[in-house]
Amino acid sequence: METFIGIDYPTWWFLIVGAVFSGYAVLDGFDFGAGAWHLFFKKEKSRRIALNAIGPVWDGNEVWLVIGGGALFAGFPVVYATILSAMYIPFMLFLMFIILRAISIEFRSKEKMLWWRKMWDVTYSVSSIMLALMLGIVLGNVLQGFPLTENEELSVPLLHVLNPFSLLVGATTLALFMMHGAIYLTMKTEGRLFAKLTILLKRAIIAFVVLFSISTIYTLIYIPHLSDKFKEFPALFIVPLMAILSIANIPRLTSKRKYFAAFLFSALAICLLFIIVAIELYPVILFSTIDPQYHITIYDASSSIKTLKIMLTFAAIGVPLIASYTFFVYRTFRGVVKLDETSY
Amino acid sequence: MDVEILARLQFAFTIAFHYIYPPLSIGLGVLMVAFEGLYLKTKNKEYETLARFWTKIFALTFGIGVATGIVMEFEFGTNWATYSKFVGDVFGSALAAEGIFAFALESGFLGILLFGWNRVTPVVHFISTVGVLFGSMFSAVWIVVANSWQQTPAGYHIVGEGLRARAEIVDFWAMVFNPSSVDRLLHVWVGAFLAGAFLVLSVHAYYLLKGRYVEISKKAFKIALVVATVSSLLQLVIGHHSAEGVAENQPAKLAAFEGHFDSLAVADMYIMGWVDKESQTVTGIKIPNGLSFLLHQDFETPVTGLNAFPEEDRPSQVNAVFQFYHLMVAIGMALIGMTLLACWFWWRGKLFEKKWLLSAFVWAVILPQLANQFGWFAAEMGRQPWVVYGLLRTSDALSKAVTANQVLFSLIMFAFIYTLLLALFLYTLNKKIQHGPYDEGELDDRNRQKEMVEEMVG
Ligand code: HDD
Ligand code: HEM
Ligand code: HEM
Repeated sequence: METFIGIDYPTWWFLIVGAVFSGYAVLDGFDFGAGAWHLFFKKEKSRRIALNAIGPVWDGNEVWLVIGGGALFAGFPVVYATILSAMYIPFMLFLMFIILRAISIEFRSKEKMLWWRKMWDVTYSVSSIMLALMLGIVLGNVLQGFPLTENEELSVPLLHVLNPFSLLVGATTLALFMMHGAIYLTMKTEGRLFAKLTILLKRAIIAFVVLFSISTIYTLIYIPHLSDKFKEFPALFIVPLMAILSIANIPRLTSKRKYFAAFLFSALAICLLFIIVAIELYPVILFSTIDPQYHITIYDASSSIKTLKIMLTFAAIGVPLIASYTFFVYRTFRGVVKLDETSY
Repeated sequence: MDVEILARLQFAFTIAFHYIYPPLSIGLGVLMVAFEGLYLKTKNKEYETLARFWTKIFALTFGIGVATGIVMEFEFGTNWATYSKFVGDVFGSALAAEGIFAFALESGFLGILLFGWNRVTPVVHFISTVGVLFGSMFSAVWIVVANSWQQTPAGYHIVGEGLRARAEIVDFWAMVFNPSSVDRLLHVWVGAFLAGAFLVLSVHAYYLLKGRYVEISKKAFKIALVVATVSSLLQLVIGHHSAEGVAENQPAKLAAFEGHFDSLAVADMYIMGWVDKESQTVTGIKIPNGLSFLLHQDFETPVTGLNAFPEEDRPSQVNAVFQFYHLMVAIGMALIGMTLLACWFWWRGKLFEKKWLLSAFVWAVILPQLANQFGWFAAEMGRQPWVVYGLLRTSDALSKAVTANQVLFSLIMFAFIYTLLLALFLYTLNKKIQHGPYDEGELDDRNRQKEMVEEMVG
């Protein structure tokens, strides 16, 4: 098979899709997290500050989902088609919450009535929580595998989608995003709100560490195929080790009030967790729980090499562009949130 | 109802809803760039006020466009799994390019456009506005290319058999520049410019009739009128060219557009009419042999009719396709008429005295929207029974695993949420329009003072 710098094209796309989804988790992760905390802030001004902390960036963050979806469709159409049609209802609900969240950010500030703002506050917060949970649930299902047979098109009943393992992964994801979001908000706030956030942040870290440990143990006991790679290549243990170290680093940095560094480490931790997932899966993308012969690997599922090459060129041109203006936007809006007439 | 009908309904409903907003965003983008550019050039604060006002409305259309667009991206996989596998190789690259080049550009600069007025210099802000416009125009590029490929596939070969068959790219540029993509992209862009320009015309005509924001509205109205006039004329030329393309590449569709059944006959062109599929006749007002003339420049040459195709290979909803197509063209002509008339009065210096014309412009905002929808409905229903023209049938394109109840559930859900969205959109839009470009209460506002003086004097 043709390669580029020693790596074949389907593997490149596996890496790219993975990178885009981890980018998505890092970016939309903090704004889902910020949304999940929203109802914990009681004062109108605090809520507005928290909302405006993500105001200029949330839409850009969501584009990563769009790119991720596009990259999956383009790189692995079979996976795109199989997963989305198999979990039809969960994805439809996911889309519903995406819309509800977007409109609550958009419309909350358009009226001054108390009930109006309350209604959108609740919608915003609930949909942020649901989205984080659902992303985790989908991840949990992918990790566990599907009852795939030679017929690729399958349908997974809702009750199977909501199995204990995926619910656990869902809760862990929510805790992770809430931690991540709390760190982001501490960077953007001052005064009482800031003080409150430092307390919430501590709780989030504890919740995440507890949930993460439980799901790791659960995985080791009930889903042994996920640790095969690590048993085979013990050197790979460096990745989970680094993930644990970066998480451990977060409370240390926050107690020194180095919130930006803490944010970088929680972003790093998210990326490392994705790398663990990638290691556990590769080269399979969809595990068959029926029989390994029905696993769908990246080679079964990928587009033609020509398409993968074309898109690699796109990515090579596009990603530096995106990175540079993303940097510019974050720089323009750096620092503590100040409300003005253009705010939400 | 069966899954196929429901899934088609759902796709048509969600995309038609999505397509209310992007054309507005693209069209408003053009006018925002014009206003802001004029402000930079003339330093006249009025242009800045206009740019800021329309940016707020843009934020609204854009926000809903994004929320409803994400649905579209995933709907291919949820409802049309077989189709997704078939076109993934070709189509995916267009969608990926769209995400990387268009949406990221757009949303990246959007933050600065909306929230950056006080944070960056006017020039940087202007660059961001241009960035958002380009981003939104690029969004149209890739998705229209993908759709055009479905209409007129090119640059591919088929691998695999039966339901596992799929198209693979052999020539990327032939795929991108397939026979219909350029015509259709231009047509879509210009349709978007019309949608935006007519919104601006409508709102400022309303202010002029109410005697509010008079000076600023005159300026805005004239600029939008220029955009609208040029666009509506261009649209006729591009649309005609598109029709020639359809005649060549999708003769069954063209025949449905005109309700033309008999292959050996010379074809008439209808201004309006009603198609009876059973008796294969059209009753209405026609230009005898007009279609033959338009396509072949003489009144004698026959045009391929629907009967040249087996029953199962031609669109079943001939009358609907006919009506959508003719309504679009009729609206196109109406837009040309209105804008030219307004230009004539402008030239005579009487534009703002013609209250009836201004009232017509207040309501005309709906016309380009309808034409855009009707155009797509004609193009997409005329493509049936194929999802990918001549290669994959719509009935084969479905997700095999999805049941009618699931689709029905999601259809109801979208109907519910989209109704809410539309209501919020209209309510907020109305509120922003009522509030106006600046606070009329502000006494230190130069615009307002000037206006008051003028109202008193004249
Ligand atoms: C790139 C793909 C793409 C794009 C840009 C569009 N469509 Fe489309 N459309 C499809 C891809 C598609 C499709 C997935 O291929 C469908 C679903 C079922 C079918 O036959 O084609 C379809 C069906 C479909 C139908 C149903 C036709 C029928 O079932 O008889 C309508 C009314 C529209 N579309 C309308 C639109 C509108 C208003 C669009 C403008 C935004 C649009 N489409 C853009
Ligand atoms: C089935 C077809 C379509 C899909 C899958 C689709 C997908 C999307 C997605 C995912 C977004 C959100 C992007 C973001 O997060 O910023 C979006 C927004 C947008 N789409 Fe579509 N879209 C479709 C049809 C179209 C068409 C035909 C146009 C042509 C004009 C268009 C123009 C836009 C624009 C300009 C935006 C930005 C938001 C706005 O301006 O309202 N889309 N679309
Ligand atoms: C003035 C005369 C017009 C003519 C002769 C014309 C012609 C056409 C034709 C032949 C198609 C089908 C193309 C295809 O199926 O590949 C089409 C589609 C379409 N039309 Fe028009 N059109 C006109 C006016 C307008 C106007 C005023 C608008 C909107 C403001 C509009 C919006 C559209 C759209 C959105 C489509 C679907 C996209 C496409 O297929 O290009 N048209 N038009």
